[in-house]
Amino acid sequence: MIEFKGVSRAFNGKAAVSDLSLTVAEGEFCVLLGTSGSGKSTTLKMINRLVEFDSGEIRFAGESIRQLDARDLRRRMGYAIQSIGLFPHWTVQKNIATVPALLGWSKQQVTQRIAALLALLNLDPQLLNRYPHQLSGGQQQRVGVARALAADPEVLLMDEPFGALDPVTRGALQQEMLRIHRLSGRTIVLVTHDIDEALTLADRLVLMDNGEIVQQGKPAELLTQPKNDFVRDFFGRSEMGVRLLALGQVGDAVRRGEWLTGEPIAAGLTLREALSQFITRRTDKLPVIDEQQQPLGVLYFNDLLTLREETACAG
Amino acid sequence: MRISREAIRRPGQQPVALLLLVLLSLSLVALPFLTFAPNRLVAGEPLMGWQISQSAVVLPPLAVLWLLLWFAPSRISLSLALLSAELMLAAMIWLSGNQATLLSQHGSRLARTSFASGLWCSGALLLLLITDTVRQLTRHRLAQLLLNLQVWLLPLLLLFSGQLNDLSLLKEYANRQAVFDAALVRHLTLLAGTVLPALLIALPLGILLFRQPRWQSAVFGVLNVIQTVPSVALFGLLIAPLAGLALRFPWLGDWGISGIGMAPALIALVLYALLPLVRSVVVGLQQVPQEVRESARGVGMSGWQQFMAVDVPLALPVWLAGLRVVVVQTLGMAVVAALIGAGGFGAIIFQGLLSSALDLVLLGVIPVIALAVTVDALFRLLISLLEKKDD
Amino acid sequence: MRWLTDPLLWLVLLYGALLTLMPYSGPLFHHWFPELARPLYQQETFWQLTLAHLFLVITASLLAMVIGVGSGVLVTRQAGRAFRPLMETLVAAGQTIPPVAVLAIAVPVMGFGAWPAVVALLLYGLLPILQGTLAGIDSVPASSREIAEGVGMSAWQRLWQIELALAAPVIIAGIRTSVIINIGTAAIASTVGAKSLGSPVIIGLSGFNTAYVIQGALLVALLAIVSDRLFERLQRWFSVSAQ
Repeated sequence: MIEFKGVSRAFNGKAAVSDLSLTVAEGEFCVLLGTSGSGKSTTLKMINRLVEFDSGEIRFAGESIRQLDARDLRRRMGYAIQSIGLFPHWTVQKNIATVPALLGWSKQQVTQRIAALLALLNLDPQLLNRYPHQLSGGQQQRVGVARALAADPEVLLMDEPFGALDPVTRGALQQEMLRIHRLSGRTIVLVTHDIDEALTLADRLVLMDNGEIVQQGKPAELLTQPKNDFVRDFFGRSEMGVRLLALGQVGDAVRRGEWLTGEPIAAGLTLREALSQFITRRTDKLPVIDEQQQPLGVLYFNDLLTLREETACAG
Repeated sequence: MRISREAIRRPGQQPVALLLLVLLSLSLVALPFLTFAPNRLVAGEPLMGWQISQSAVVLPPLAVLWLLLWFAPSRISLSLALLSAELMLAAMIWLSGNQATLLSQHGSRLARTSFASGLWCSGALLLLLITDTVRQLTRHRLAQLLLNLQVWLLPLLLLFSGQLNDLSLLKEYANRQAVFDAALVRHLTLLAGTVLPALLIALPLGILLFRQPRWQSAVFGVLNVIQTVPSVALFGLLIAPLAGLALRFPWLGDWGISGIGMAPALIALVLYALLPLVRSVVVGLQQVPQEVRESARGVGMSGWQQFMAVDVPLALPVWLAGLRVVVVQTLGMAVVAALIGAGGFGAIIFQGLLSSALDLVLLGVIPVIALAVTVDALFRLLISLLEKKDD
Repeated sequence: MRWLTDPLLWLVLLYGALLTLMPYSGPLFHHWFPELARPLYQQETFWQLTLAHLFLVITASLLAMVIGVGSGVLVTRQAGRAFRPLMETLVAAGQTIPPVAVLAIAVPVMGFGAWPAVVALLLYGLLPILQGTLAGIDSVPASSREIAEGVGMSAWQRLWQIELALAAPVIIAGIRTSVIINIGTAAIASTVGAKSLGSPVIIGLSGFNTAYVIQGALLVALLAIVSDRLFERLQRWFSVSAQ
């Protein structure tokens, strides 16, 4: 879907991105992770030509982006940023309908699409006639994401979209993004400096530093097979184990067919949360129920220890 | 020698300077520099730049300015540009004075040589160029101000040395020196007579409004309405009541208070001065951080001591900025006050307009502009010195 | 029915009433100023004077709006950014010069009449509008700008729908200042040969006819106040939709 071949870009003589090669497949959730100044935002902005690259080639859906008209290109992509950027003088409805209006959709099409988006993002229809300053931060960013998705773009670009939100809202919106990705199957490229966010969301995790890609691959790969010390230190040697657990789900590690009495945990929980439960309830066995509240099996603490290789293989 | 593309493009990197220089060169060549009339009654003949004797004097600084376009801006090149522009300005003024002297020697005493559009435009463009160059030379407000002011040293020297005395403007001044001096005194009196009472009213009023914010909307509403009314209308509307008062209480007439003259002018000018002053007093007090006030109280200062030690120094820059606005505004409005007999430079201006004597108009307008610009600059100097101390 | 209690409506009605009734106020002024032979200004009708005054102000202000907003927009574009400090210097310098001086200088350059007055009003009226445009465009949030570009709006769409729409309240404040100053300066325009509501005032002042002065002064003062209230209403309306 998106291909970078040997792309470089410098600002004022300093290289922001050097010789970057990256392929984002269609339908993939690609996360660019790194500290400030690693070039991740610049890389994202080169996709919709908000920043032009100096050398190399970038292809979108097979075509070189230089050949395409910048405005048309941007209208085919959703764009969400940290400061959200809802237009203060437009209602929520008008904000969401920004790109459809640019593309000349009919009123009926727009209304239908907005209804679908509200459902998708759990937004109250009453908000449609309000102005951005009347919404909370979380609601604003949901509207921002709705706006990015409004014209059903081929790609969704997100630049630290949840950075300005409180941890609870951030977590909720991360889960929303996973759900949207699952439902729509769209390609998403997201930039973040939050390691846990990256590990939660990514299909492909790209770790950048100093304008170059240090390592890319499945999240579990970067955790269990770090290429060099930088990667190892980035994910934190002491945090490694818990982070790995966060990648797995209870449902994958449960021993089916067994049962236990007591308060069960959901199969959808991550193993990291299960670990927390083990410690809090001072036990090494927990009953598990599935989404329909039916008994599924039992999760053993000891199984968590043997899980590592399997997670790395299955991912 | 090969001229690289880069070299040709270099001036384009300083678009402002390039534009100003192009316009400057055009106005020197295409527009008349001076006008000459053998006497007052005849219309003037335009004198182009090259017809003026020794006009080649402006060419070296002009050439330097053009040349500097090809060099990237640096301390040295900018200083050189500033110097050249200053010298060119002084040269143009000197040329005018020189030409006027030559012409009056050949002609009669009644001959009039005055500045024409070419000189005004070139002068304005040079001043813009100078301001732009100074802005690039230093970011320091104080230094910028001083550099912009020193430009006037040479021209002022020329003025006071008498070299310009044969220009019609100065001849007019010589003819009416007494009137001019009286107008200057009267204008400054109007200024002082406005600002001092206005301060006496605005300071307490502003402090009161700051302490009792609920009265702000009412007071500012009234002051806003006053500010909206055109000055000539307010002057006019005050005449009748004041005349009536003077009739009722003849002793007011002994004090010089009557329907026309300085009384209605001062009352109106004070009213106009109130809004900017009161507003700046309130805003100045509002932007003093509450924590600083509280810590002053905390160390045991009384209300009055806290006011003097904390509020006044911290609000002072805002107050001075408001005062600056008021002084400039009053200088301008005092010109209109001449219409109701208050005197000042306005009297000279309107007399000139009435008799189509354009030199008289200039004789009134230039001092007003000079006063306004000088006072404005002095206030800015003062404010930046104050703020520098706080650093 | 709420519009019946609208103070602006009553102000406008008051002005209209004053205009219509002024010609009949001769006896009233004669009673106040028995010594005057001609208590009522009759060289032109007051309607004519108001129209002349409005012509001066509206022509100058419309031109100033086009040039002022246009220059402000040009100077905030990438291409014109180099000229912005120059503009700001001009605005700052221009505001130390009293409007009367600009009016007076127009005469040596352009002669007497309505057009020199319009030019003088235009030149001086440019400054607040330019200042308002620069301040307004500066106040547009950077995030709005980034999104506007990121969703694929054209430069024109960005300017019109986002930048100017958000800057509108501040720009209108600048236009308001400009118009009020122009109404005041136009009142003295008769000294440069342009008829306006200030003509009775100035003729009355030089001829010691206080009745003329009051008639002219009342009308022009009320005109200024009504215009100011109108603009305030306009500003409020724009603020609501710009939120």
